[in-house]
Amino acid sequence: MNIVVCVKQVPDTATERKLRSDDNTLDRDAADGVVNELDEYAVEEALRLKEAHGGEVTVLTMGPDKAADTIRKALAMGADKAVHLVDDALHGSDALSTSYAMAQTLKKIGFDLVILGSESTDARTGVLAAMLAERLGVAQLTLANKVEVEGSAVTIQRVTDYGYDKVQGSLPAVISVVEKINEPRYPSFKGIMAAKKKPVQKLGAAEAELAADQIGLGAAWSEVTEAAAAPPRAAGTVVKDEGDGGVKTADFLSSKKFI
Amino acid sequence: MSEILVLVEHVDGEVKKVTLELLTLARSLGTPAAVWAGPGYGEPAKARLAEYGAEKVYLADSAEIVDYVVGPKAELLATLVAEKSPAAVLIAATPEGKEIAGRLAIKTDSGVITDAVGLSEGFVADQSIFGGGVNVKSRVTKGTPIIAVRPNSTAPEAAPGAAAEEQVTVTLSDAAKAAKVVERVKQEKGARPELTEAAIVVSGGRGVGSAENFAIIEKLADSLGAAVGASRAATDAGWYPHQFQVGQTGKTVSPQLYIAAGISGAIQHRAGMQTAKTIVAINKDPEAPIFELADFGVVGDLFQVVPQLTEEIEKRK
Ligand SMILES: Cc1cc2nc3c(=O)[nH]c(=O)nc-3n(C[C@H](O)[C@H](O)[C@H](O)COP(=O)(O)OP(=O)(O)OC[C@H]3O[C@@H](n4cnc5c(N)ncnc54)[C@H](O)[C@@H]3O)c2cc1C
Ligand SMILES: Cc1cc2nc3c(=O)[nH]c(=O)nc-3n(C[C@H](O)[C@H](O)[C@H](O)COP(=O)(O)OP(=O)(O)OC[C@H]3O[C@@H](n4cnc5c(N)ncnc54)[C@H](O)[C@@H]3O)c2cc1C
Repeated sequence: MNIVVCVKQVPDTATERKLRSDDNTLDRDAADGVVNELDEYAVEEALRLKEAHGGEVTVLTMGPDKAADTIRKALAMGADKAVHLVDDALHGSDALSTSYAMAQTLKKIGFDLVILGSESTDARTGVLAAMLAERLGVAQLTLANKVEVEGSAVTIQRVTDYGYDKVQGSLPAVISVVEKINEPRYPSFKGIMAAKKKPVQKLGAAEAELAADQIGLGAAWSEVTEAAAAPPRAAGTVVKDEGDGGVKTADFLSSKKFI
Repeated sequence: MSEILVLVEHVDGEVKKVTLELLTLARSLGTPAAVWAGPGYGEPAKARLAEYGAEKVYLADSAEIVDYVVGPKAELLATLVAEKSPAAVLIAATPEGKEIAGRLAIKTDSGVITDAVGLSEGFVADQSIFGGGVNVKSRVTKGTPIIAVRPNSTAPEAAPGAAAEEQVTVTLSDAAKAAKVVERVKQEKGARPELTEAAIVVSGGRGVGSAENFAIIEKLADSLGAAVGASRAATDAGWYPHQFQVGQTGKTVSPQLYIAAGISGAIQHRAGMQTAKTIVAINKDPEAPIFELADFGVVGDLFQVVPQLTEEIEKRK
């Protein structure tokens, strides 16, 4: 099975994240870049499927040069090779452009199964997997906390408000995974060494055959018109419990008409 | 005024609160038209939609619409966008709602905004990003604005509408039928409101100490008619089911009131609750970062404070 796993580099949540003041896009230099956490679960699921069914795992990342670190991490976990879609023309792409660029690349490199995280920790739009399924015209098997492949049939458990739906489709398909589907492995020392030799193919916009009017900030279907640091919350009242902490909290809730 | 489509969220024939919020928002910017997808439509639903100002109800109530994942609803909405040329489409920013919005955006060559917490003239959306640290205004610049709005972004206000029904038929493409729902598994939910919709959420963290102890969190929640949430420390420990996790990799909640007990307030937790209108924290450590957000905080042992609070609420009811 030819599995492509989409891995995004995101700013570390633990550091301060900001938008650039010139064009209101993510300031990727301000914070350390890390693998989007949910994508580690996606890589893990890809590796498990490969271990069970054979095949190959390719990492696909769209991002600036420094996203190469993220690719190495996924390779160190055990992926076989990577495609790095990198071009200044991609800067500022919104979800529509990103899904376009990634779908084009996927068509070019081929796939049986595409696996994504269900959400990134920076933009958190949670739309990309659905958009890829739409653009590629394949089954959308998203928000999975369990994946089973049998021949060309793929069955997932799709997390819902009330529990889950059992959903079936056939290959080729797009899957997104939620946290707790598995326990991502740590790269071993051997894995880290091996990753250095694994092939990473860099593709620019022209090589991926991307139309210039579909990518980057200029082509975006949406724009950020204003951005400002959230005003700090007005300082609240903090009391020490002197045996009446519950009563005092109730007084506060009453004053706010919650009781 | 031009029409604004609102995709109705419903369960067992009942319209969910978030839809009433979306109708209220739509009314401030145009003429709300509800879109009902899937079975369950009846008098109660119609009455509810009319009460909150839906002038029209587009009805596509065949079972087929919900037998497949997301594709059919996106096709239904795309058909309506083509036929009715609405000014915008509003969808609840639930995980599935955002997926529908995403596919619809591609079908209609339109921009999409996710997780709007407010909407004003010209469909300018407010988004609260990076765990609540930055506020942005954004808007769609191509096609029909498709906006996924977070539950609890606005207070629902009744204002009568005609709710004139119009049947819509869509012939689903094969692509829309590529992922079939073969079974729906309902896990016990109890009588509590849904986490993302609830006006009040009471959450417990590592400080709660065990699965059994979550009973005191549940009791407080029930006294307030609230939903129960948990930090990742609590769900990782197996004290509370994962679907109740609040935070960056869990649910995002935006309730009127959020009570955090035994939760330190890590940035990843805050990412899921920072837009709550009022925040109350109970923690024994006066240095816990959650107090920086709290409108009201008690430094103390939650095993003392929480039961006393529950008792007091019951008394005052
Ligand atoms: C704060 C913020 C808010 C934004 N809001 C909007 C908005 O409302 N509308 C809009 O159109 N755009 C928005 N954008 C732009 C959006 O971030 C990009 O288009 C982004 O590449 C895709 O969105 P996502 O990361 O949220 O994807 P998600 O759908 O949340 O990501 C899901 C998965 O897709 C995969 N993936 C995502 N990006 C990549 C990548 N570059 N390379 C490899 N795999 C990837 C990963 O597996 C990831 O887990 C926003 C950006 C920011 C920083
Ligand atoms: C990529 C990533 C994603 C994450 N996503 C999430 C997420 O979605 N949601 C989330 O919650 N976390 C998430 N986390 C984890 C997060 O960083 C914190 O570890 C977690 O929120 C801590 O949970 P906690 O506050 O319950 O526990 P702790 O930080 O251990 O805090 C427990 C608190 O309870 C107090 N306490 C203890 N006993 C009592 C008592 N008897 N009475 C009163 N107070 C008491 C302590 O003083 C302390 O402040 C994520 C982390 C990462 C790296």
